[in-house]
Amino acid sequence: MTDVLDTPLVQQSDAPAAHEEHHGHDEHHGPSGILNWLTTTDHKIIGMSYTITAVIMLLIGGAFAELIRAQLVSPNGHLVTFAQYNELFTMHGSVMIYLFAGPFAFGALANFVVPIQIGAPDMAFPRLNALSYWLYLSGSITMLLGFVTAGGAANFGWVGYSPLSDSINAPGAGADLWIGGLLLTGFSAIFTGVNLAATIFYLRAPGMTLFRMPIFTWNLLVTAILILLAFPVLTAGLIMLFADRHFGTHIFSVSGGGVPVLWQHIFWFWGHPEVYILALPFFGMVTEIIPVFSRKPVFGYKGMVFATLTIAALSLGVWAHHMFTTGVVLLPFFSIMSLLIAVPTGIKLFNWIGSMWRGQIWFSTAMLMSIGFVVTFLIGGLTGIYLASPPLDFFTHDTYFVVAHFHSVVMALVLGGMAGLYYWGPKMTGYMLNETLGKIQFWLLFIGTQVFTFPQYILGLQGMPRRMAVYPHDPQWQNLNLWSTLGAVMIGVSSLLFAINCITSWKKVPAGDNPWDAHTLEWFTTSPPPHHNFYRLPKIRSERPTWDYNHPEAPALAHGNGEGSHS
Amino acid sequence: METTPQPPQGAPARSGRSRRLRGLIALPFAALILSGCTVPSFGAKKSDTTTGLSTYHLWQGFSIAAAIIGGGTLLLILYAVLRYRRKDDSIPKQSQYHIPLELLYTILPILIVIGLFATTLVVENKVVAEPKTSYVVNINAFQWGWKFSYPGTNALVVGQTTQKPTMMMPLGVDVHFNLTSSDVVHGFYVPDFNFSRYALPGVTNNFTFHAMKTGTFFGQCTQLCGLYHSLMFFQVKVVSLPEYRKWIHQFDTPAGAAAAQAAQQALEQQNATHVPYKPASTTGTGAAN
Repeated sequence: MTDVLDTPLVQQSDAPAAHEEHHGHDEHHGPSGILNWLTTTDHKIIGMSYTITAVIMLLIGGAFAELIRAQLVSPNGHLVTFAQYNELFTMHGSVMIYLFAGPFAFGALANFVVPIQIGAPDMAFPRLNALSYWLYLSGSITMLLGFVTAGGAANFGWVGYSPLSDSINAPGAGADLWIGGLLLTGFSAIFTGVNLAATIFYLRAPGMTLFRMPIFTWNLLVTAILILLAFPVLTAGLIMLFADRHFGTHIFSVSGGGVPVLWQHIFWFWGHPEVYILALPFFGMVTEIIPVFSRKPVFGYKGMVFATLTIAALSLGVWAHHMFTTGVVLLPFFSIMSLLIAVPTGIKLFNWIGSMWRGQIWFSTAMLMSIGFVVTFLIGGLTGIYLASPPLDFFTHDTYFVVAHFHSVVMALVLGGMAGLYYWGPKMTGYMLNETLGKIQFWLLFIGTQVFTFPQYILGLQGMPRRMAVYPHDPQWQNLNLWSTLGAVMIGVSSLLFAINCITSWKKVPAGDNPWDAHTLEWFTTSPPPHHNFYRLPKIRSERPTWDYNHPEAPALAHGNGEGSHS
Repeated sequence: METTPQPPQGAPARSGRSRRLRGLIALPFAALILSGCTVPSFGAKKSDTTTGLSTYHLWQGFSIAAAIIGGGTLLLILYAVLRYRRKDDSIPKQSQYHIPLELLYTILPILIVIGLFATTLVVENKVVAEPKTSYVVNINAFQWGWKFSYPGTNALVVGQTTQKPTMMMPLGVDVHFNLTSSDVVHGFYVPDFNFSRYALPGVTNNFTFHAMKTGTFFGQCTQLCGLYHSLMFFQVKVVSLPEYRKWIHQFDTPAGAAAAQAAQQALEQQNATHVPYKPASTTGTGAAN
């Protein structure tokens, strides 16, 4: 095998997993059109379906957000009723976390990119992959159908705290559809986790050792493992909740000897790893993008991998920092564990800066979005450190300070996701997105995010609780709320610009194989890649096989001493 | 029954070992507190309770650390972005590792985290301390109101949504609170005290306030509890100790007892008929203010 690898190009067509014969571009036997989409097991088409579905969910969740912000422009807003407001923020959070951020992170770009990045022809279990997508789509529709039931959609917050989510306080079918939708998308996530882990462990191309995997793939491997550890717990909790609602069990009800706080433990035991299940793929995206547009290898590659592993390990022991004010958790343990997460996160941040340092930075839209991600994530990360300190959490818990904190974080992820779409979009479709529109979108999104969150930090410190339909007691909060709403409108407009860009750029400028002079294997194949991804592979001697092939004179330097990192 | 007045008590005495540790940690912290008037508030409010004030100082400490770290990092990002713009098509030096630098930004954050955790512990021990006191208030949260009762006395205050039931507490002494809920999870939150705590069904939570200023302080529910969550108001009225005693005694008169009983009956009747209380201020500008 070794002598094969030492030839400049590996003809992969004789490898057993590869496609049998390539008759020209992207040809394979099977149905076409809508039937192809319905029956496909190709990870690229499934990845596309995931991407489109997740972006639609982003727009739906965003529309809910605009309604919420519109209600809050006045202390006695009349746009929606109290009941509708509770449905709106519940479904806003649920759609964004369960139906957009997660599936976009580990279903959409991961599905498309990971197999290609490691030189694999498809996911390890293509049919399971298709099942994941269809479970995700049906789960999403199930959850949203709550709006057409008599009692309306779920209205107990996206965290569904018991006993507010029991059959007495939330009797409607909307709550059951919420649970059902979550069970379906939960299984979808678990299957995707199995698939990603198996693919990354078993389908890497010859030469692609673990420590030659691109950081994006590394992060998805760790994400997949976190999914397998966390999601089954949520599934179990949801079944318990459903049993309490319908089968007369008393797991979470005081009257039957149950413990309401148990739900919070179960939920957050999933919920905090979930934060990193969402975040790690986006960390991976910008870790791919920043070095490419700085024309340098990622700084501190191994440190980056260990930082990811450390974050994942710590994330399993911090869930109760969401429960500091319950008075029934061990404060110091969860405080120090949460504070420690700042260390590997800081390492990542400095590695991103190090990757730009002394580079040749090309400010493409993808790069701008990535820099916007780093800055916004810095703000969200720093405010997160406050919340890891129990006394400061007592002070700010359930206020807009917390709302602002996690919106800084998730808006950073949106910026990272947009970076990913501008970066990999040309690979997926074969056509470039318009850069001018992209840059306008970036500035609207980036400035809008700060205008949206900063007033919320101040409102939180002034004592405005979250999930308030009105604030008649404190009309002086109106101005800051107006600013926040203005930011939300800017974000909304930026989303529309993205939709316009997708439509107007369609089939305009062909992308070519490698428009960014990028590093990893997906840029070695065509855009979009053929049915089983590769006709040939370069030899893989580092985490940058495509770069090494295109720039044999410029390998990464080991430890700054001028020697190549070939090992 | 009248409670025996007691001198205010501080936090319980600590062991020598932890006192040494506290001394060590408290040094920079004490400097911070001494210069409290010159340190900016970073958007937070000084509190009117002792524990709230400690929390405020912790907030200032964290904010200074955040400003230095965040500001420095932001400058690094800005410098890199502006200084290393693409100028030509040359390939920059492909350096990938710098072990001393990487160690520096691993170890330094660990030290900072240890510092933040140590100051957190000092303040946390103050905030969650439960010094002995004979002033006790039982708080019961329900959809969508509050019931304040004073064990050993006849005093009782109950009210819903924008009625803003008022919890009386005496100035300058430790007051102990037992907080619980009779239905869903609620959040007991007094912004001016820089403190909140969940009211959980089936659990009694304890905490202590030591008010430093008389006055009326607004409070409301912070944990989503259903339809009228936005209007689940209350207020805390801090009065001098003699005034507090006078207020407690007023419930021993027939008129006071009758008023408390009437409030309780109104509540029970409402609960029995399951007619949700419709606050006047949900429409129009008739906010209770």
